Order: sequence, then C-alpha cells, then structure tokens
Amino acid sequence: MSWLLAFPIIIPFATAVIAFLNRDKPTGRWWSVLGSLLLLLASGALMVRVLQEGVVAAQMGQWAAPFGITLVADLLSAVMVVITAITGLAVAVYALADIDTAKEKLGYHALFQVLIAGVVGAFLTGDLFNLYVWFEVMLISSFGLLILGGSREQIDGGIKYVALNLVSTILFLSGVGLLYGMTGTLNMADLSLAVEEVENQGLLTVIAVMFMVAFGVKAAVFPLFFWLPASYHTPAFSVSAVFAGLLTKVGVYALIRMFTLVFDHDIGFTHTILLWVAGFTMVTGVLGAAAQQDFRKILSFHIVSQIGYMILGLALYTPLAIVGAVFYLVHHIVVKANLFLVAGVAQRLTGSTDLRRIGGLYKSAPFLGFLFLIPAFSLAGFPPLSGFWAKYLLVKAALDIDAWFIAFVALAVGLLTIFSMTKIWGEAFWKPHPDGVEPKLNKIDRADLWPLLLPIAGLATLTVIIGLSPEPFVQFAERASDQLLNPQAYVAAVLGGAS
Amino acid sequence: MEVMLAVLVGVLVAAAVYLMLAQNVLRFLFGLILISNAANLTIFAAGRVSTGQPPLIPEGADAPIGFVANALPQALVLTAIVIGFGLFAFALVLAFRAYEALGTLNSDEMRVAEPMEDRP
Repeated sequence: MSWLLAFPIIIPFATAVIAFLNRDKPTGRWWSVLGSLLLLLASGALMVRVLQEGVVAAQMGQWAAPFGITLVADLLSAVMVVITAITGLAVAVYALADIDTAKEKLGYHALFQVLIAGVVGAFLTGDLFNLYVWFEVMLISSFGLLILGGSREQIDGGIKYVALNLVSTILFLSGVGLLYGMTGTLNMADLSLAVEEVENQGLLTVIAVMFMVAFGVKAAVFPLFFWLPASYHTPAFSVSAVFAGLLTKVGVYALIRMFTLVFDHDIGFTHTILLWVAGFTMVTGVLGAAAQQDFRKILSFHIVSQIGYMILGLALYTPLAIVGAVFYLVHHIVVKANLFLVAGVAQRLTGSTDLRRIGGLYKSAPFLGFLFLIPAFSLAGFPPLSGFWAKYLLVKAALDIDAWFIAFVALAVGLLTIFSMTKIWGEAFWKPHPDGVEPKLNKIDRADLWPLLLPIAGLATLTVIIGLSPEPFVQFAERASDQLLNPQAYVAAVLGGAS
Repeated sequence: MEVMLAVLVGVLVAAAVYLMLAQNVLRFLFGLILISNAANLTIFAAGRVSTGQPPLIPEGADAPIGFVANALPQALVLTAIVIGFGLFAFALVLAFRAYEALGTLNSDEMRVAEPMEDRP
C-alpha cells in the first residue's frame, strides 16, 4: 500500500542515478525515457487507487502521523502527479533531439529526473517541512538545468532566478518555524486541526501571509514574478518547457493546499488579498507579453497571466471556483509545455526565436502551424479546446457570486491573449522570412524529427480530448474540489489510517 | 533567553535586508547568509528554549522522564543548515561565473538576458 505512494518518487531518483552513470553513453537518454514511462505507469496506478478508495495515505517507516513522515494523495495530488508524468515523458522524448551530447555529459538527464522527483514529492508529501525539502530538491536541480551550457544569457537570467527563489525559500522556512512554534506540529492534516485551537488568530494570519508571499514567488504572481520572464527564455527548449509546465504550478498547488486545508480561518482577509493578486497577475502578465518581440518571452509572460486565473479560482473560494482552478491547472500544464516545445521546433527551422527575424513557417511547414494553433487557441480560450472550459468555469464561478468586475478582467485578459497568439502567428508563421530562408520540416534529420513532433502532437491530442469531452474531467475536478473544501477525509486518512 | 534570541534575529534580519538591497550581487549573497541564519534561529526559538535538559531516555525507561529539551526543531535546523549550505555554495559559484562572463557584479548592469533596447 505504501509502495504505491513511494514509487512515483523512487522511480525518478533511481532513473537519475542510472542516467548519471550513463551520461557519456547514448543509452543515458533512453534510460530517461524509460524512467519517465515507468513513472507514468506508477502514477496511473496511484490514480486508480485514489479514484477507488478516496484519499490514500502512507506513513514512512511505520511511524504514525503526526510524528512520522507522511505521504498522502487525494484527487488533486494524484492528478498533478499524473500530469507531471505525462509532461515528463513528453519532454524526455523531446530531449532526445533537443539536448546535445555536451549537455548530456554535464548530466542533463540526471538533473531532469531529480527535478521530476522533486515536483512529485512536493505533490505527495503530507508534511510541511518535507514540502520545504522537496522545494529545495526541485530548486537545486532547476538551478543546474537553467544554467547548463553556461551562455551569458543563461548566467544573467540564472542570477535573478536564484536570488529571488532563495529569498522565497527563506521566507517559507521562517513561516514553517513560526507555525511550528504556535501549533507544535508540522503534519498538514494535524495542522488543519491544530490551527483552530490557536488563541492568537491574528498572528496566524501573519504567518498565512508569509506563506502566501513565499508560495507567491514560486507561483510567479504579481508583484513577485520578475524572476520568471528574466530567465525562462534562456535555457534549452526542453528545460523551458518543463519549467513552464511544472515549476510555477507547484507554487499554485502549495497555495491551494495550504489555503484550503490549513489557513481557512480568516477567508475574508486572506482570500481578498488573493483576489487582488489574481486580477493584477492576469493583467500585468498579458500586458507584459504584448510588449515582447520574442517567441519565448511572450510565452513566459503568458505563464504569469495564466497563473492569475488559477489564483482567481482559489480566491473566489466557492466549490465551482475551485473546480475551475483544478481544471485550469491540468489544462495549463499540458498547453504551456507544448507551446514551448513548438517554439523549439520553430527555432530549429528558422534559426531564431526573435519574431522580427523569423517567418514563413506556415508556407513551408503547415503541419507545425496546425500543431501550434491547438495549444495557442486553447490558451486563449477558444471553444472547443480545453482552455475554453477552464475559463468558462472560472467566469461562471465569478458571475455566480456577483463578482462582475473580476469576471470582466478575466474575459478581457482572454481577449488580449488572443492578440499575443495572433502576433506570434502573424510574425512567425504568416509573414515571409526576412532573410528569404524557407524553413522546411524535412531539413531536420529524420532521426530528430519524430522525437520533436511526437510529444507536440501527443500533448495537442490531449488538449483536444479534454476540449471535446470535458465532462469526465469536470466531474473529476468537482470531486477533487469537494475533497479540498471538506478536508475531513484527508485528515482522517492521514491521522486515522496508519498502515 | 527567548528575548535575546528574538533581538538577535531582528538584528540579523535588519542587517541582511540592508545588504540585500545593495546593487552588488556579492553583498546580496552575504545578506542571504545572514537572513538564512536568522530563519534557522527562528525555528530554534519557536521550539521553546531550555537549558541543561538533554532529551535522553534513561536506561530501562521507554520515554524521557520529566521535562526535556525539544529535539525536533534542532533536527529541522540541522536539515535547513545543510540545504542552505548547498544552495549558498551554488549561488557563490554562480556569482563568480557571472563576474567572469558578464564582467560585472552590479545587478543594474546585468541586462544580457533582457536588453534595454527591445524595439526595432
């Protein structure tokens, strides 16, 4: 039973060790693909178990909670692990063609697998201090991936990324210490009971805000997002894609987890702040994107703006809004990672990501154009793609509680998103290449072509599937939201069922 | 004792913030060391401070007898110190590489990834 929860963490770590030992050989990259495939199977098994039995918890080393280390999966954790595995597999395949042997020798695949392990660990842990440790695992491997290759842009972006993330880490750590001082426990399920008995609820709110800022930096919300557009356009494309898909979403996940399970004592205060943050994040992100002229920089700013939607779901704090946030999280990871992968192929074909210096992709590589349009329209919220349902749920949730203004902001930002996507479309795909180069898909090696296009096509298919048959996904998100807003099952699984 | 620790944490954070607001990346990193130590002391103090009561279980007993010091925050601090040490070592090397590659440690001049003139 406990193995089911431990496997998704053990598999990437084991893969990392094997990939590191084989980093000089061409087999190293295939180990990474194999490990990602196994992770997908393990996460699928975990998902089936959670769907059948509800919240699953395991105590490592048989030390009963709240003293031992708890791993716990509810529907939100399980779906995040599954989607991490899907993204991981897509990027591992893409990396077959994207990562050169020099970067492989420096240990790209090992760092990548450790990153996945950190992300999965953060989703599955039921202990606040462990969450800190998983954040660090994720952080140190992301530092490595970000500056792998060591170009000047990477070092420059890396400094900003490292500096701001370390500040957030220390804030998180201080918050953990203070919360422990007030409640005497760090087990998240135990905390959700213990915070109710704290006498000084005002101090608790202060700690809640510390956590909000710490996770806010990780999630890249306004006004704490500046590290993201400074660094995400610098590393290799597969690194950008996995960062864009997963890292900020761990911050969002942590926010959702803490502000539904533990810090729900003063919703009027904390969630009002979150609502303002959500609005400003959406608007500044999309306006920042409008000013950019680089494929990846535009996409980076759109990560920020999309994070706003997820925070909006949490901030509205109605069952439907949480459904929207969960749905949005899943949809966004798939779409965003995919767009960065498309950017990688576009750079291969045209030689740059600067929109002023490229063009002509539609004429000579219409298939790539088609593959770009699916995630791009989904991001902007065109029916019938996945983004439409995600936005629909959130706007409906806002209108249900008469939050007209934020609903208007959400819709207006969607409109501006279309503007950015059409800008990329017009510049990179429609206009002729300024140097007269004709980018052709078959210029890429046959051996490189399928690892580049297969993940893109796979993720695009997933987007279309979610878009065309949203009902099972929405029903799933409803169950997940129900578990988040009624944490009794979560608490009982952790504290009651030691196994 | 708690009061002393609280004052110490305050002083450390104040000094750290002062250093971290500087434009020089190296000064920022020194500030980071100070503030991470302040965070560690916070955890230590949050676990309640006592003197001369080691958390040892006497022979033959199953649990410690009477009041003993809280061992958990010390374990947490130890973990945090190790992690912080690793991250800081990385950050220091990164700052060195930045100085090599960019020729400056002034954060205002680090605009390679985001050039000022982004318009045609």
